[in-house]
Amino acid sequence: MMSPRTETTLRIVAPLAVGLIVLGAWQFLVSVVGVSDYLLPSPASIVDALIASWDSIVQATIITGTNALIGLVVGSLLGIALAALAARWRAVDRMSAPVIAALAVVPIVALAPVLNSMFGADSQFGRQAIAALASFVPVFLNTLRGFRQTTPVHRELMRAYAATPGQVLRSLTLPTARPFILTGIRIASSLAVISALVAEYFGGPRGGLGSLISTSAASSAYARAWAYVVASIALGLLFYLATLALERLVLRGRGSGDRTSGARTPGTRTTGTSTVSTTSTTVSH
Amino acid sequence: MSAPETTAAPGTITEPAIAVRVSSVDKVFETQGGRVHALEGIDLSVAAGEFVSLIGPSGCGKSTLMRLIADLDAPTSGSIAVFGKTPTRARLDQEYGIAFQQAGLLPWRTVAANVALPLELHGVGQAARRAKVDELLDMVGLAEFAERYPDQLSGGMQQRVAIARSLAEQPRLLLMDEPFGALDEMTREKMQADLVRIAGETGAAVVFVTHSIPEAVFLSDRVVVMSPRPGRIREIVPMRLAGAAAGPADGVGAVEGAATRAARTEGLREDRSFFEMVTAVREALHGAPVATGARGVETR
Repeated sequence: MMSPRTETTLRIVAPLAVGLIVLGAWQFLVSVVGVSDYLLPSPASIVDALIASWDSIVQATIITGTNALIGLVVGSLLGIALAALAARWRAVDRMSAPVIAALAVVPIVALAPVLNSMFGADSQFGRQAIAALASFVPVFLNTLRGFRQTTPVHRELMRAYAATPGQVLRSLTLPTARPFILTGIRIASSLAVISALVAEYFGGPRGGLGSLISTSAASSAYARAWAYVVASIALGLLFYLATLALERLVLRGRGSGDRTSGARTPGTRTTGTSTVSTTSTTVSH
Repeated sequence: MSAPETTAAPGTITEPAIAVRVSSVDKVFETQGGRVHALEGIDLSVAAGEFVSLIGPSGCGKSTLMRLIADLDAPTSGSIAVFGKTPTRARLDQEYGIAFQQAGLLPWRTVAANVALPLELHGVGQAARRAKVDELLDMVGLAEFAERYPDQLSGGMQQRVAIARSLAEQPRLLLMDEPFGALDEMTREKMQADLVRIAGETGAAVVFVTHSIPEAVFLSDRVVVMSPRPGRIREIVPMRLAGAAAGPADGVGAVEGAATRAARTEGLREDRSFFEMVTAVREALHGAPVATGARGVETR
């Protein structure tokens, strides 16, 4: 048995060690074995490129990050609002179910060329709309699930207290749904970054990370392309960690001890993380 | 139809002395398998300050009857009055406190905030709320757990919080649906003693659903024995226990009720009159005399 402290240290040290080994092997392949630096830029040259074009990388990250943030906020608000309506009125649920199902299976970035031509080549709106659509789906689905988690005993208690619908929403339905909503937002945060970035591959104004990756790759500046990829990963991580922190902050104090209650650890969490890891591999292609 | 008629002591007005009056109530549930007659021809009155248990096998409609009184469901026919009002009016006026088999605490609220919930919903000021919560937690012996969360408490403690919550607005009527059903025997006996004490202190009438004969006998002034399919009242057994003369039948009122309940100490569980009452309820449940003596003792 390890002490909790060593366990924590190990949890941080282990992935760091793996990362360093991979980077070392990569550098070794390029500089010692002699894989062409043109095909596979060494980590050192990527760092060089990162430093050389730092300003433009920061600029690009801000542009893509803003698009993703606007998309995430708008998509989440829409998702929560519509889920509230669907939870309240079954008709809304029935009407929206096919649309949501369609949205969930359509690769949303496929809409990028369409939206770009709809809103003009100098508008960021298309990308923000795509990020919003991508965020909307997981937030809506999780929130709706969260709204349905209230137990009969709690609902009857509220009825016995003659609570108004507003009071029921504030003191029962929303707090019950809160962990689910936050999980939805956390999943959406990564999707928002990915879709805002990938949407840039399909035209529209230049300057974002996605468009700069494709430009650099097209002009064979592979080290610079990789530097932008590194920035994209950092941006995605930033969004993910920020929403994770938000989740921790909001759920803090909920039975600080054992979290045995099933309702409080939604099963979607695991699926959420796996979605994130598969999609983030897509980005680095 | 035995004890409550004697409630009308000279000079008192009859209506306010009646907490619950149920008149020829039927309840039919329409299910996929057809109509289920949950309750048929139920007549029952509960005097103010009286402790009445509903007992019977599962499916006898005892919980349904309690839910009708609480206005969580509506009767198919017949009428119910709670302090002379319709159940809906009584619910909106918060005439009763309620506790279920599950504690039903909100897991994101502390113990204190859970007890404060009904006060909060009904606009009681923060200072008054805090004072009331402190008093209630003291009463159920959980004062030092005020800032804990429900999942840090044992099942018995959670149930005590739920009972404190049901008492928050000093209701004149307490509705309890097997509140001790999920507890172990030792906790259960402790909680029963607590409940008898609390009901005595607050002078509230109690409608208590249970399927434990000793529990019903220990707690109640009268035990309503029900039979299933359709749910009917088979017999109402007044409890004549040592030191508790004849429940509210003699003189009545919350004060008197409190006096009779105070006699329900742990010693009562060993008393001969207790076993006699257990046997009486058993016989009413089974609809025929059962072997006396030793068998009565085993009933727990």
